[in-house]
Amino acid sequence: MSANATAAPATPAPAETKATTTADRPIRSGWLTIASKELSDHVLSSRFYVLLIVLGIAALIPLYFAAERIRSLAEGATGSPAVFLALFVIQPEGVDLGPINFTVNAFVAIAAPLLGVAFGFDAVNGERHQGTLPRLLSQPIHRDDVINGKFAAGLGAIALALAALLLFVVGFGMLRLGIGPSLEEVLRLLSWFGLTLLYVGLWLAFGTLLSVVIRRAATSALVGFGVWLFVALPIAGPLLAALLGQFLASGATTAADYYGTVQWVQRLLPGQLYGEASAALLTPGVTSVSSADLYKVATLPSNDTVLSFDQSLLIVWPHLVILFALMVGCFALAYARFMRQEVRA
Amino acid sequence: MTATPKGDRRVASKARARGRDRERRPIEDPNAPIITRRLTKRYGDFVAVDALDLEVHAGEIFGLLGQNGAGKTTTILMLLGLTEPSGGGARVVGLDPTRKPLEVKRHVGYLPDSVGFYDGMTGRENLRYTAKLNGLDRRAAAVKIDEVLEQVGMTERADTKVETYSRGMLQRLGIADALVKDPSVLILDEPTTAIDPIGVIEILDMLRGLVRDRGLAVLLSSHLLSQVQSVCDRVGIFAAGQMIGVGSVPQLAEQFGEESARIEVGFEDGGADARASIAKQLGEIPGVDEVIAPTQPGEAFVLVTKPDAARAVRQAALRNAASANLGLSSIRETVPSLDDIYRRAVRQAGLHTRRAAA
Ligand SMILES: Nc1ncnc2c1ncn2[C@@H]1O[C@H](COP(=O)(O)OP(=O)(O)OP(=O)(O)O)[C@@H](O)[C@H]1O
Ligand SMILES: [Mg+2]
Repeated sequence: MSANATAAPATPAPAETKATTTADRPIRSGWLTIASKELSDHVLSSRFYVLLIVLGIAALIPLYFAAERIRSLAEGATGSPAVFLALFVIQPEGVDLGPINFTVNAFVAIAAPLLGVAFGFDAVNGERHQGTLPRLLSQPIHRDDVINGKFAAGLGAIALALAALLLFVVGFGMLRLGIGPSLEEVLRLLSWFGLTLLYVGLWLAFGTLLSVVIRRAATSALVGFGVWLFVALPIAGPLLAALLGQFLASGATTAADYYGTVQWVQRLLPGQLYGEASAALLTPGVTSVSSADLYKVATLPSNDTVLSFDQSLLIVWPHLVILFALMVGCFALAYARFMRQEVRA
Repeated sequence: MTATPKGDRRVASKARARGRDRERRPIEDPNAPIITRRLTKRYGDFVAVDALDLEVHAGEIFGLLGQNGAGKTTTILMLLGLTEPSGGGARVVGLDPTRKPLEVKRHVGYLPDSVGFYDGMTGRENLRYTAKLNGLDRRAAAVKIDEVLEQVGMTERADTKVETYSRGMLQRLGIADALVKDPSVLILDEPTTAIDPIGVIEILDMLRGLVRDRGLAVLLSSHLLSQVQSVCDRVGIFAAGQMIGVGSVPQLAEQFGEESARIEVGFEDGGADARASIAKQLGEIPGVDEVIAPTQPGEAFVLVTKPDAARAVRQAALRNAASANLGLSSIRETVPSLDDIYRRAVRQAGLHTRRAAA
């Protein structure tokens, strides 16, 4: 700036030279500036406290019940490879929530999409509504810096809360069970964390897309919420299965064929992908992601049928790739729409 | 607001197409900070900006006048690279805003027409964010922010949240925001609509000072004709996407003025006979086409002349009055206001539409 002030006396230098002298002034990448502002906004916002509370509930209640049960189970299962991880996946006795598993993992699976949408639904239309978009875009930043920065900030805020949750559960487990996680368990937990972030990222990208396409924040929140209700809660999955059941009842020869087909169709839903992948990562006893095997989730694994971490990672690799592709797809769509949009409302 | 009916704008552009073959306007100053040539923006069939030729020089304030929907904001957005032109081109600080938007935006301060800030942050924090986006380091930013807040008279309210600001305060903060990056070009879209009269004078003075001291080029759009007249070096009259007149206010007055100029001459009253003799004497001044004598005592005589003879007539009237000891009390040339010029320009261009100005 000072260069500019001195270079502009009453008789200004030719515009060309003025432009080039200051053009090489290093400017921190715009998206980083935007991300850091958005992140501090997020962390101070009521939204973030709601996030902490939701995740806190998601962790605390199932954890409390699970720990009771693990203690009794763990005594019988000494040498079991993943007692610690069971904190995340074990179903407490005597609690029946119908189709929803009452586990930390299952709660995260339901909460994560909502959080993603909550941190993305007003990214762009909020700026529009406040009248800050033209001002923001007239600063020397690329237009995509705006959504990149906002996406990064949203993901960062959720990652913070999710990491807190993870550490909380691990700390609780160490106190209650008196054991720490093994290296393998740490790796599995980290990969579960990564997977969950990816899943949240998908929903965050979806929320961002809504914020670009829908001009009113309230409408885009509502649409996001509706999609979450239908897709992330165990509503669409069973519904699809039932629908298919009608179609396939005649064609499918064996029960295994039938379930296989249903599962493939359910995999159109990202929630199904996340469910399968997180089960495989948190439970060494899940040796394949076919539906029959996933029912092992609720039991503690015994020593004979377990996968090592890298084997588990291998079977969920396709899931990771598809989730990533979906996230990139949503984001690219938001990006493309935003780049072509008029600046003014 | 009621926009110009689309049909009208299409007809207007067709009418203009006949004039398309006219010579391309030569560029006066190739180093001018803002140059547009045949800059055009179409929304579908509708022509929002129609082959605009514009030049704003360093060290001048250029006023863009035009009705609602004339295309002022659209032009400004194209100058900033925020909207892509459908035809023609622009050069801002020597660069094409479509190809090099970042470099252009580094040098251009912009105040949008309905400026907004982040509610939950204070005015100062908002400016700090802008400074950061412009790559200013913390200390330089703090100094600059203090300076611009002072310039727009917002120092006292700078540390309260923006949600408590009035419209005028927002607009002041918006001007400060445009100045934070220390621009060499300032583009202000209706900068003073919500600012109180005294504040307007202060801010326009401040702008004048900046232009004088730093050689800034300022482009401002406005509906407030008297303000534009008082502060702008040159004015562009914009109607239905076309620039129908450019120049200083006197130049425009000449271009769009009436065929005649008027000079008011007042005398100490000496009765009806005296008035008659004065009228006779004034009528003998060469170049005076008509003398309108007052019917009431105390009113002024009005001399009607050709605009180019006005100066000579005024001096002759002074001389006569002094030599004949007529008791001259006042003499003044009535300048047509920008208001009149503007209305006449729009009417002459045949672009005036039925609708009431919203
Ligand atoms: N996205 C759009 N699609 C179609 N028409 C548009 C679009 N944006 C602007 N216009 C039209 O372009 C014309 C010029 O608009 P612009 O905003 O430039 O006017 P303006 O001179 O700034 O008016 P005002 O004094 O009201 O601010 C208007 O008639 C408007 O309806
Ligand atoms: Mg406008």
